[in-house]
Amino acid sequence: MSKKIKFSIYRYNPEKDAKPYFQDYEVEVGDHDKKLLNALVKIKDELDDSLSFRRSCREGVCGSDAMNINGRNGLACLTDLADLKQPIVLAPIPGLPVIRDLIVDMTQFFHQYHSIKPYVIDDRPMPERERLQSPEDRKELDGVIECILCACCSTSCPSFWWNPDKFLGPAALLHAYRFIADTRDQATNDRLNDLNDPYRLFRCHTIMNCVDVCPKHLNPTRAISRIKETMLARMA
Amino acid sequence: MVKLRKSLSAGHGVNAWLQQRITAVVMLLAALVLIAFIGFGSCAAVDGFSAWKSFFDCTLVKIVSQILVIAVVIHAWIGMRDIVMDYIKSYSARVTLYMLIILWLLGSLIYSAAVLWTA
Repeated sequence: MSKKIKFSIYRYNPEKDAKPYFQDYEVEVGDHDKKLLNALVKIKDELDDSLSFRRSCREGVCGSDAMNINGRNGLACLTDLADLKQPIVLAPIPGLPVIRDLIVDMTQFFHQYHSIKPYVIDDRPMPERERLQSPEDRKELDGVIECILCACCSTSCPSFWWNPDKFLGPAALLHAYRFIADTRDQATNDRLNDLNDPYRLFRCHTIMNCVDVCPKHLNPTRAISRIKETMLARMA
Repeated sequence: MVKLRKSLSAGHGVNAWLQQRITAVVMLLAALVLIAFIGFGSCAAVDGFSAWKSFFDCTLVKIVSQILVIAVVIHAWIGMRDIVMDYIKSYSARVTLYMLIILWLLGSLIYSAAVLWTA
């Protein structure tokens, strides 16, 4: 049985619109349309093909369809339509420049991610085969490597809103910890030095919005605490 | 770049973070000690101005109170600096605010010392 669902969606086309506005839609969805992304695709197919949003894998792996859903960041493909209060208010993830409708410019976000050098650094001669890691050491990376860089966490963090150019944000810090915790990485000291300034790490005031919204149920706040603990251990 | 960031920043990441936590613990302990003194200590106060005065005449109370005020001043400085760093972008406004906060906190510290040790 099909049913109608009401939406109020943020629209902004910088080539046409002087300022952003919200547009109402009512779309009919079938029994198989369980997720918010299904309804969005239907709106684009049947009602308004000018509506712009990113999506790719439609199963919570690519992280493209992060948006602000009824005031809370999340992935459209993982959000159940049945759980949402109507009209469903959709806006771009906050704090990043809007390119069009629900699409934001993620340059700043990825700039911070790249700045933590997100790769294993080991200048020793390459072994004949791969660099091995024990299962116990590998376990340290559980709950850290699952991050898909959707930016739900960083764009719900006020510290990232106020200082997106200086504060790394929870996503980049989670990845920073991923390489600090990796036993194969030889640059722990440099990584900690790089984070030890008033902004890059220490603008985090532990309000835990990042933990609240992460669609993969990860805990960037814990990773940030672990970085601080590692810094303290190094001082002792 | 790291060098520039460090030279322009007031204080160093993990040190400030650690100082704020240490001063918080000191504040809690000092406050508990003072409460214990009021309740059961040899410096126990009863009521009224003269009782409070004799309470603060006790050297141990003065020392603990002074430690408490110093911890509050350091803690407040780091906290206020954090707020300014978060929200104030203009360099001149930031420096002005830093100076006002330092004046206010130093004034409070000197005044507290004067009250505790000269009265």
